[in-house]
Amino acid sequence: MSLDATASPARPNVKIWDFLRGRSGHSKLTVNGVRVLLVVVWLGSWELAARSIIDPFYYSMPSKIWDKLVTWFTDGTSQGSIWSNIAVTLEEAVLGFVIGTLAGIVLGVLLGRAHFLAEVLSPFIKGANAIPRIVLASLFVIWFGLGMSSKVATAVVLVFFAVFFNAFQGAREVDKTLVDNARILGAGRWALMRTIILPSATSWILASMHVAFGFALIGAIVGEFTGADKGLGLLINQAQGNFDAAGVYAGMVVTTVIALVAEWLITRLELRLTSWRPPATSAAVGA
Amino acid sequence: MRRTPLVRGTIPLFTRLWWSSQAALAFPAMTSIATAGPGPGSGPAISLRDATKQFATKSGQPFTAIHDVTLDIAPGEFVTVVGPTGCGKSTTLSLVSGLEPATVGSVAVAGEPVSGIPAGVGYMFQADAILPWKTVLDNIALGLRYRKMPAKQAHERARDWIQRVGLAGFEDRYPHQLSGGMRKRVAMAQTLITEPTVLLMDEPFGALDVQTRELMQDELLRLWSGSGAAVVFVTHDLTEAIALADRVVVMTAGPATIKDIVAIDLPRPRKVEEIRLTEEFTELYRRVWDSLREEVEITRARGASHVA
Repeated sequence: MSLDATASPARPNVKIWDFLRGRSGHSKLTVNGVRVLLVVVWLGSWELAARSIIDPFYYSMPSKIWDKLVTWFTDGTSQGSIWSNIAVTLEEAVLGFVIGTLAGIVLGVLLGRAHFLAEVLSPFIKGANAIPRIVLASLFVIWFGLGMSSKVATAVVLVFFAVFFNAFQGAREVDKTLVDNARILGAGRWALMRTIILPSATSWILASMHVAFGFALIGAIVGEFTGADKGLGLLINQAQGNFDAAGVYAGMVVTTVIALVAEWLITRLELRLTSWRPPATSAAVGA
Repeated sequence: MRRTPLVRGTIPLFTRLWWSSQAALAFPAMTSIATAGPGPGSGPAISLRDATKQFATKSGQPFTAIHDVTLDIAPGEFVTVVGPTGCGKSTTLSLVSGLEPATVGSVAVAGEPVSGIPAGVGYMFQADAILPWKTVLDNIALGLRYRKMPAKQAHERARDWIQRVGLAGFEDRYPHQLSGGMRKRVAMAQTLITEPTVLLMDEPFGALDVQTRELMQDELLRLWSGSGAAVVFVTHDLTEAIALADRVVVMTAGPATIKDIVAIDLPRPRKVEEIRLTEEFTELYRRVWDSLREEVEITRARGASHVA
């Protein structure tokens, strides 16, 4: 059996090498050590400054924020247990994320393939994108009331545009040769969409999803800010009303952790869906 | 070596009936070609009549890619098309494949005028056209899956083709894990598994190094021989054009039209590396090159005037 050239390049070795040396050529231990040091210096100087120079009433300090977090997680908050508040915010964000992402993908891919429609609608889409959408949160409270739906709606409009533009671009940038090849091989409209256009656009769509979950959280929290009976946004808003800087910071910390966990999950999903890509380029598709 | 028995002709019948009424009409012609080769009464596999293709440009002036091309290609015939760079060789292929309609003139495949993609056409592109997100096996089975063959059956046939193109053991690799030559083997199997009666090839081996290219040319001849498929193979490599072909079509500088057709009566089966050393080959090379040289010079002169 005659085979031209070598089968696969020595990827595994490259990977191990990268892992041991890190990008910059320094060991992982050094990099992580410096990271920890940075955090210690940052929090330490804040704590020291708050105990001497600056007024902790306005600026709070790490130990107070920590105490606040401990209180929230052990004794609960003024709005019931912290977990129930997280659950509410998370539910709003996830719902908004899912609806916004699906709508963004469907409309983005459709318009990306329908050139006439895209040309007709382009000024309207640009206009809609230019609206400061966060303001819509107020409108949604009027429309949908103080319950969950107004927050979900805010998250949806924020997520939608982030995903839509990437899906649109992704569907446009599909390699014409791939499409022609599939058509010659007998692909109908739907098969073309499923096997060529959606997979091609996937890297674009996934790239936007990283940003999109952040937007969904922002939407949910801003919505709660505007008016709500539960949720992290409400906790932050109440802390603000009580001049409780530590409470605001604690709310930020919880939100950040949620966002990081979501980011990690999305990265896992991305790696799973794009396992076909060469490892070197898998991180480089831009949003 | 595992080999599933293949009954030529039954698969197109089974899978292509859904395709279009046109395909259904074209079908009897296809079986007769596939099973018995060119028989009496079966017309040309491909027939171009005064085919002209113009493209709209931004300046409003239409750009003529090919002009008044008239050519008949018999079933089972291997025709190569040579011409200066950018003269419109590929456009000819896109007319036959139905990807682009002819502006003037007519194009017919198996006697049926081309509108949409005709049944029984295979196309190997110059660029990589295999799907990077599918494994070798899934890529090769793709055409059969599009034609609604059940997955199990399609994979079985794809495995058979993997053997034939020498990729056994690489079924689960993704294209990025393969060399350029191996990707071309995948593309070849992907196209040939649909058992095309008309095979269009647009400089398929252009991006390969010389040794790999010659190997692939031999593989192509091996896989094509006995398939009964009519081949149109576009290339700018004269050696390749002569070594593969029954006839070499020389195109003029753009807008391209047929300048000359040279019959290549070298005996088959051929070995590409050996045949190009024979005297007859050199003679044919000179003959084709004499015809092509003028056109290449015209193209070069134009290029120079663009640069100047």
